[in-house]
Amino acid sequence: MDRFLYLTFDGLSRGAVYAAFALALVLIWRAARIVNFAQGAMAVATAYAGYSVADATGSYWLGFLVAVTGGLVLGAVVERVVMRFVDHSSPLNGVVVALGLVLIIQGVLGMIYGDGYRPAPAPFSRDAFEIGGIAILSRYDLFVFAAVGAVVVLLTLLFTRTATGLRMRAAAFAPDVSRLLGVPVGGMLTLGWALAAAVGSLAGMLVLPTELGLHPNAMDLLFVSAFTAAVVGGLDSPVGAVVGGLVVGLLLAYVGGYLGATVAPMAVLVLLVVVLLGRPDGLFARAKARTA
Amino acid sequence: MTILQDATKTKDHQKSPPKSTPLLLVIAGAIIVVALTYVLPPFRNYQLATIGAYFCVTAGLTVLTGLNGQLSLGHGALMATGAYTLALWQNKFDLLLPGIALAVLVTTVVGGIIGLAAARLRGPYLAGLTLAVAVVVPSITSTFDKTFNSDQGLSVALDPPPGVIPVEQWQAWLCWAGALLTVLVLAYLVRGRFGRDLRAVRDDETAAKLAGVGVARTQVMAFVVSAACAGLAGALFAVLAQSVSPGAFPLTLSLFLLMAIVIGGLGRLTGALIGAVLLVALPSVAQSIAEDAGSQHLEGNLALTFFGVVLVLVMLAAPGGLAALKFPRRSRRQKG
Repeated sequence: MDRFLYLTFDGLSRGAVYAAFALALVLIWRAARIVNFAQGAMAVATAYAGYSVADATGSYWLGFLVAVTGGLVLGAVVERVVMRFVDHSSPLNGVVVALGLVLIIQGVLGMIYGDGYRPAPAPFSRDAFEIGGIAILSRYDLFVFAAVGAVVVLLTLLFTRTATGLRMRAAAFAPDVSRLLGVPVGGMLTLGWALAAAVGSLAGMLVLPTELGLHPNAMDLLFVSAFTAAVVGGLDSPVGAVVGGLVVGLLLAYVGGYLGATVAPMAVLVLLVVVLLGRPDGLFARAKARTA
Repeated sequence: MTILQDATKTKDHQKSPPKSTPLLLVIAGAIIVVALTYVLPPFRNYQLATIGAYFCVTAGLTVLTGLNGQLSLGHGALMATGAYTLALWQNKFDLLLPGIALAVLVTTVVGGIIGLAAARLRGPYLAGLTLAVAVVVPSITSTFDKTFNSDQGLSVALDPPPGVIPVEQWQAWLCWAGALLTVLVLAYLVRGRFGRDLRAVRDDETAAKLAGVGVARTQVMAFVVSAACAGLAGALFAVLAQSVSPGAFPLTLSLFLLMAIVIGGLGRLTGALIGAVLLVALPSVAQSIAEDAGSQHLEGNLALTFFGVVLVLVMLAAPGGLAALKFPRRSRRQKG
């Protein structure tokens, strides 16, 4: 029972990160109908930048800020320079271009930093508190929950309470009509990519200290988990992404804890297959408001 | 739009050469390869063999992605399936040709299973699923480490080539025999009714269904055919490296394969050949640049970056690839 509790909290903490990462995927999907397969590589790139700054200045928080800001900039650049010019007549094209970006980012990172693992220290202790003799949560887990919670609340406020959020939704929902009404559709698309990449970078910064460390390929498996989370929730649903993230986190924790860490990726694959074949629109799909 | 497409299709069809051409081309290719293996030094022969092995899988993948519109990032994993099957067989029985046949068979079955799922998925969902398959390979080899020996992988027991033939030359013959056979079969398949079905399903599923084409059946078949090619390529890679390990079939390999078929022109077998040559030539060039620069970090990563840049540029500027290098009129559906 102790172990079950421990795994549950561990899973929720991991799931929070998957949720943030899945949210980033959902943001871009809603804005541009592209699943950003370069999201993981982009997050790794900004994490490298963040940790470089942290090493140089000795301040983790400055590095953290640099990583998230870097995500904002990188997302905008990727949209403005590359994604805007993709021919969207076939859904394959966006995916292929994103995969090309993955190769570029991994290659450049390898050239600058080498192919070895670099340490990614956590800002807080990862030793769990004991409550009633049961190890449950660490300071770091609390930090993860707080950070992801803040992101979810801020995004919700942005999309439901501000004029910019309304414009972004309008630009995604009916681009032509929005343009006629004076919404800068292209700008909103860039903003969507920038926001999504920043959220992805944040998720990367949160998850890397709990994994092996910084590596150009560090987010490959993570991307698959987050993609699964987004699909479980339905690619169109932000709430679904959060719930999907937690589901995937718990699944990985239980499978990793009881069956062995090497089985966990297979569990993700099985979950993905089951959801895709059983409920391809996700568990939280609403009636179709817009066809891609 | 539809009429226009139909018109171009008919034109394509009329332009397609008479049925004897693939056979002649393959025979010519075989003669060239055999002649080459006698003049090239051993290392070049090894590279030639590698091109042949890559050609098998790129040819299969370009039929799947280019002609049928299904994007697979799992072909690296399918190659791993073929390679491991051959390794396990060789270490027990040591009969190469039946082993290769078995590798193709096993991979075909695995590909059929993935294809059954793939036929119900579209676009990014299919890419995501096959990506998951590619990423899961190391996890499988570690979990069943009694069979697959985890990250170290297996060595492949091979008899020395018959007679006094150098081993590299023999490898080149073997790989190109596989490649040319694959291409011959594929060339006839895509010229016939199967190829028409593939294109029909890619272009418009509803229209294909109305015309009596079994959409799901065609998609599964495309995956099966393509998987068989990947299995053969995997087995040949196992023969070439004389070992198999998950590190030889990373996600990057699947992305490289995608780059190869995109740069050569999706759906074209000649494009698959161009791609296979580039897959071997570019890393080799990048390697020598890196050695000149004396930087360890450049090694490998230079080729990686270059492939990525090429992939993005080709997709943005010339989606038809190098084999169709003209400047197509493109319409942007939405202006930013």
